Formats: sequence, structure tokens, C-alpha cells
Amino acid sequence: MIELENVAYSYGGGELLTDMSLRLPPGSFHFLTGPSGAGKTTFLKLCYGALVPTAGHLRMFDKDVREIDRDGIAMARRRIGVVHQDCQFLDHLPVAENIALPLAVSGQDKLEAQADLKELLNWVGLSSRANAYPPELSGGERQRAALARALILSPDVVLADEPTGNVDWDMSQRLLRLLVELNKMGKTIMIATHDLSLIRAAKPHVQARVLRISNRRLQLAGADL
Amino acid sequence: MKDYLAAFLDLFGGDSQADRVVPPTGFTARLTLFTAGAMAFLAVFALALSLASGRLASNWRDALAGSATLRISAPAEQMAAQTERALRILSETPGVAEARALSPEEQRALLEPWFGPDLPVESLPVPQLIEVRESGQGYDGDGLRLRLQAELPGAVLDDHTRWRRPLVQAAGRLKILGWAAILLIFGAMGAMITLAANAALAANAQVIQVLRLIGATDAYIAGAFVRRFTLRALAGAALGMVVGLLAILFLPSASAEASILTGLGFQGLHWFWPLLVPPLAGLVAFFATRWAAMRVLGGLR
Ligand SMILES: Nc1ncnc2c1ncn2[C@@H]1O[C@H](COP(=O)(O)OP(=O)(O)OP(=O)(O)O)[C@@H](O)[C@H]1O
Ligand SMILES: [Mg+2]
Repeated sequence: MIELENVAYSYGGGELLTDMSLRLPPGSFHFLTGPSGAGKTTFLKLCYGALVPTAGHLRMFDKDVREIDRDGIAMARRRIGVVHQDCQFLDHLPVAENIALPLAVSGQDKLEAQADLKELLNWVGLSSRANAYPPELSGGERQRAALARALILSPDVVLADEPTGNVDWDMSQRLLRLLVELNKMGKTIMIATHDLSLIRAAKPHVQARVLRISNRRLQLAGADL
Repeated sequence: MKDYLAAFLDLFGGDSQADRVVPPTGFTARLTLFTAGAMAFLAVFALALSLASGRLASNWRDALAGSATLRISAPAEQMAAQTERALRILSETPGVAEARALSPEEQRALLEPWFGPDLPVESLPVPQLIEVRESGQGYDGDGLRLRLQAELPGAVLDDHTRWRRPLVQAAGRLKILGWAAILLIFGAMGAMITLAANAALAANAQVIQVLRLIGATDAYIAGAFVRRFTLRALAGAALGMVVGLLAILFLPSASAEASILTGLGFQGLHWFWPLLVPPLAGLVAFFATRWAAMRVLGGLR
């Protein structure tokens, strides 16, 4: 699905990520940890084509990102559901419409999708907030809405950046169970989080690899959890 | 080209959802509406000016064409010789396209309203008339008059409508100016709508970013803006056109065809010309916004 080969990323302030190689095969489940500022968000941005590696090769669905044109990136993003750390909503549209936005953007049948939308709203516990506007939501509600939006197109890959950052324990367990369930349906999942208890809670339910960004490099973590 | 056509047809498909993804920005909306309205109003006037001066030019040109007459008064026995002489002089004069002596029947027809049908033209000392047609550049009236004075003292050149010649030229010039004004008006409209579209794109950078992240193509994002601006320009221009037409309709009308002021207006099928203004404004807005959007989107990843 997504493949990195000696990928590095630098910006004006220097090299943030270096020599990273990783394969996200279909149906895999990854956690990505690391201290704040280590580059987890940057890593995910590379994975969905918002940033381009400054060295090495990154392949999305078997194509090098550098060779994908802008429309191609747009198409790839419809197959990758992303939960952004800062959520990124259109504040002038109600929550339900925000969640349905990927459907509109990709020109999918709206009537058929209505049922999916209802079910999804139910799942993330936002049915009663469907007509609220994003600025009126609590942090946790925003994150649940972001997750719903990431899932509405039933993507092959889900990249979630701190999806449980602002929700209580019960809700984070529910969201985790939802992601685990999606993984069982064959979806490729990657969750960036600094919350190690979330990773521990997932352990009994799913075969997950835990990666850590440390010293600009990607390491396999596991034993110490 | 196919892309443009598809995008253009999309306008009327009316994807209301796609319209809602861009929040309405009051000031660019009003700017576009006002610009399109004002420009359409001006375009209607420029059109009226152009069509009216075109009409005037062609009326005057027709009036000029067969208007000069040479009148030969001579004793009956010399009439034929002098007529022939005059025709030769005219044929040698540069700028005269055609000179033709009127037949006795034609002369009688001219006199009939005054003297009745039974006038024996042949037996009366009626002058012979020669109709003179000018070519495009016209002839030198004073030179011709001098030569006739010297060679045919009995000939009188009557060309009292020739003073209109510079007016015909002026009217023709005015018509071209009118069309140039229309071009400039639409050019200015395009420029202003481009500015408004750029402002809207800049104000909605965050929206564009979000749409990008969830997989919107440039065409989709641009389309949302293009639809907005095109429909606004269409509405504004329709309003401006109606006001412009009303203003022209209520212009005091007099039938003095020679007056540019009272002749300003539309006649017959020309009333349909202003109907082209709103669609044209829409087309201008469509291309201006699409160009602006594609340029801005091309600069973002
Ligand atoms: N293009 C850039 N320009 C300036 N700074 C950048 C750029 N890209 C990344 N950074 C910096 O790189 C660092 C890593 O950012 P990133 O958001 O990836 O970290 P993170 O691991 O997600 O942190 P957190 O856990 O707090 O979300 C930050 O200090 C950020 O300011
Ligand atoms: Mg982050």
C-alpha cells in the first residue's frame, strides 16, 4: 500500500527524519510513537502525499509520489482516510456535511451514502450533534467527527494522528475497537500516538507493530511496552 | 477544450453541495455583482451608440450616393452636344463613379408632381439633368465647378448634400469607437472579476487546504469558485442590461434621423443585441475565475 525506502525529510531548520524504510502491507496495523516534536505528524504527511521526501523513495499504491501529478494525489487521498491532529473542518458547514464532504468531493451517490453517514454518526456517538457546527464541538467530539470523515469513503488505508488525544478513556477504547474492527475487515491502519496505554490496551486484540521515531530514525519498539 | 466544455456544462448541472463548500464572501460577491451590472449598463450604451452611428452612416451614405446633379440649360439645338460634352468631362473627373443623363421620361416623372402628367417636356425649355454618382473617395467639387464654368457656362452642379461627407466618416469612426468601447468594457470586467476571484481564493486558503486533504481535485475546487462568480456576473449583467435598456427606452425620441442624440437607441432586431451582454459577461467571468483559480491552485500542493 505505502512503501518507504531510505526516506528523509528536511526543511529550513535541518533534517527532521532520516533514512526511513518501511512497508505498510495491506491489512497491517501499526502504531507510531515518539516524543512530541519527533516528527510523527510529518511522517504521516509524507505517507499521504502532503509532503514530498527530500531524499529516498516513497511509493503510494505502487507509484512514486514524485511521479504522481496533483490529480493523482487527489485520487490517492480518496483511498487513504486521514484523521488529522488538528482535525481540519470547514467551519461554515454542519458536522454531518463535513463528514460527508469526501463523498461530495469524489462525486459519489448521495442517497446511497446517507445510510452510511447515519450509521457512522451513530458509531462515533455524534448523532445528536449532526447539525452542530465544528467550532461548537468539544475537542473529543471534533476528533470523533474527524475519524468519521476519514472512514466515510471506506478507504484502504487509515492514518490517524493522535485520534484519542482529547477523548476520555471509554471513548478512546471505543475508537480503538472501531479501528481494530476495520483492520479485521482488511484495512491498513497506522495510528500515531504518544499514549502508550492505548497501545497496551490494543495488544490483546490485534497483531500490531509498534514503531518509534527517535533520533530522527524509525525504530521497532515492542519489548519495553 | 473538452475540459472547459465539461466545466461549463457543470455550471448548469447545479451541484448545490459543491457550491456550499466555499463559504460566501460578502464583499467579493457584491464587487462582482456591481462590476458586472455597471459594465453591462455601459455595454448597452456603447452598443446603442455603435448601432446608431452605423445606421446613421449608412443612411447618410445612401443619401449621398445619388445626390449630385448636373443641370444643363442651353438652347434646344445645342442641348445634345452640351450634354455629351458634360458627360465626357464627368467621365474624365477622378472620383466620379458614374454619370448618366436622365431620359425625357424620367425628367417628366420628376416634374409630374408639379405640372401634371401631360407635360410636353420636349417642347419646353427644360434643362437636361445628369445624375452623378461618386466613388468612394469622392470628387473635387470646386475643381469640377471651375472646369465646367470654363467649358460649359450653362451647366450648374448641384451637390448640396456633399457637406455630409465628413459626417459620414465621423459616424463610421464613432461606430468603430463604440465597438472598441465594448471590448474595453468586457476587458475591464474580466480584470476586475479576476481580482475579486483572487481575493476570494486568498480568503479561502483554509477551505482549499481542507478540500485538498480529503481528495478534491483542482477542477472540483476551481469549479466551486467558477460557478459562484459566473452566476453572479450573469445576474449582475442581466440587471445592468435591464436598467440600460430601460434608460434607452425612455430616452426622448424624435424622428429626426440626422440627430445622433435622438437617434441613439435600438431599432427592430437590434433590440436583441443587448440580450447577448449577460451571457458574454458570464463567459468572461467563467474564464477569468477559472484562470485565477487554476493559477492559485497550481501554486499549492
Ligand atoms: N516545514 C517545516 N517548517 C518548519 N518546521 C517544521 C516543518 N516541518 C516540521 N517542522 C518541525 O518539525 C518538528 C516535528 O513536527 P511534527 O508535527 O511532525 O511532530 P510530532 O511528532 O507530530 O509532534 P506532536 O506529538 O507534538 O504532534 C516540529 O518541531 C515542527 O515545528
Ligand atoms: Mg503531531
